[in-house]
Amino acid sequence: MFTARMINEMLNGIGQTLYMTLFSTFLAYVLGLPIGVALYVTDKNGLKPCKPVNTVLGAIVNVVRSVPFIILLITVLPFTMWLLGTTLGPTATVVPLVISAAPFIGRMVESSLKEVPYGVIEAAKAMGTPTFRIIVKTLIPEAKPSLISGCTITVTTILGYTAMAGYVGGGGLGAIAINYGYYRYNTPVMLVTVALMVVIVQLFQTIGSFIEKKTDKRIR
Amino acid sequence: MGNELIRIEHLSKVFNGAAGRIVALDDINLSIDSGDIFGIIGLSGAGKSTLVRCMNLLETPTEGNVIFDGRNLMQMNQKELLATRQSIGMIFQDFNLMAQRNAIRNVCYPMEVAHMPRRDAEKRAKELLELVGLSDRMKSYPSQLSGGQKQRVAIARALAMNPKVLLCDEATSALDPNTTRQILDLLKKINQELGVTIVVITHEMKVIETICNRVAVLDQSHVVEEGMVRDVFIHPQSRIARQLIMPAQENPTAMSDSNCLRIVFDGYSAYEPVISNLALECRAAVNILFANTRVVDGKTIGQMLLQLPQDETTVLRVKQWLTDRNITFKEETLNVYGTND
Repeated sequence: MFTARMINEMLNGIGQTLYMTLFSTFLAYVLGLPIGVALYVTDKNGLKPCKPVNTVLGAIVNVVRSVPFIILLITVLPFTMWLLGTTLGPTATVVPLVISAAPFIGRMVESSLKEVPYGVIEAAKAMGTPTFRIIVKTLIPEAKPSLISGCTITVTTILGYTAMAGYVGGGGLGAIAINYGYYRYNTPVMLVTVALMVVIVQLFQTIGSFIEKKTDKRIR
Repeated sequence: MGNELIRIEHLSKVFNGAAGRIVALDDINLSIDSGDIFGIIGLSGAGKSTLVRCMNLLETPTEGNVIFDGRNLMQMNQKELLATRQSIGMIFQDFNLMAQRNAIRNVCYPMEVAHMPRRDAEKRAKELLELVGLSDRMKSYPSQLSGGQKQRVAIARALAMNPKVLLCDEATSALDPNTTRQILDLLKKINQELGVTIVVITHEMKVIETICNRVAVLDQSHVVEEGMVRDVFIHPQSRIARQLIMPAQENPTAMSDSNCLRIVFDGYSAYEPVISNLALECRAAVNILFANTRVVDGKTIGQMLLQLPQDETTVLRVKQWLTDRNITFKEETLNVYGTND
């Protein structure tokens, strides 16, 4: 049952899962971080209140977040096809993962930024700091521990989603669990893949918590 | 000294919030001279925090002008305003330090914003932390510092850009009496040695007495009284000023029919046995309802609230006696010190 080929496939699956998770998280943050900052800044109590932008952006974020991932996965197939020329494999899975995670990250970032005490922002303003530099020099550094904690949650969530992507030919551990465990009734393989997922989640969570603790200067 | 640094003209601030239209400040006029330690006192909700935020336009006034060092802040563009704010230091009740930066990096912050080379900024930050007495805590994070130490870091940070004025928004309200004293001493030292004009917002008369030379009393969005601290202390014109000088009495209505006199002793007379002499020479049995002695602007000033006998001639005799001795007094009705009215 656990032949060399199987083990090889498992290792390959771990690699693909990590690749999908980390690459998607990275790209999703490239999109999600500015969305989160924009949501915070344009809020009515934000640095540059702007109701139209905030409302429209908030609505888009909510709509995308409402779509169940499995539906989104299928809905964006034509877009993935157009973008990459294929809908199969780990890289193709990154597309729906990013689309799904970016708004989620946006809200996460927004709530982290809201945790920064208003007084600190006010002090930065009183020292003549322009808005963009308040964001870069005060807001984000002050929210860093919370942002890291949000990132940890995001990584583990995306990891779970990569497994779902296995259903439509996305590859990774999820595909192995579905193909061997579900379709071929190979329960041991399924259990092993699930166990591997648990280990990976644990690993990410431990690393994330460690970094968060290490960077936060508030707890002493 | 003597030349005007901040002038507030017909300043009003209206908030349109969920609770409707709130007039926080109504036609405020103030003039603060260079070198002053100017106190603004009032009870909670009087509008003093809004007023100090209007001085650097953290709050934009609804109407009126804020003239700082000869230039109208209301007519500046964003860039000029940001540059001007660098010469207006500000400290806060909650210190507002950046929790993820240590003391020296907090002090460096305004200099980073002003694009000062890192090495110069650090050198200046070190000097400033030494000035405020924290040379041994430069690498400490705010969470490792006490309230007083945090406020010292905040003061060093506010002084980094050599401001002309330091705005203090309830800077000592979160501190214990001893620490308050030390921070006030530090502010006074900064005023005297660096020539920085200081604006102090507070609800405590003690703070005003200790460091201010001039004071404005704010009540319900208006400046009800303004002048030298000593004058306001000896001749308070407004109900609110009297309340702040002499705190509300217990059970004030119990003797509200009585004739009361508020007597202020200053300088020489504070050391005289005035009441004994008054009782002996006027043959008046007076009842002392309240008394204290304070040091205002370096001079000892005592005040006392006396209840006089009902009989008119005795009252007149007492007043004449006090007038003859140049002792300041004012007739009071007791319920002035009550909580309502």
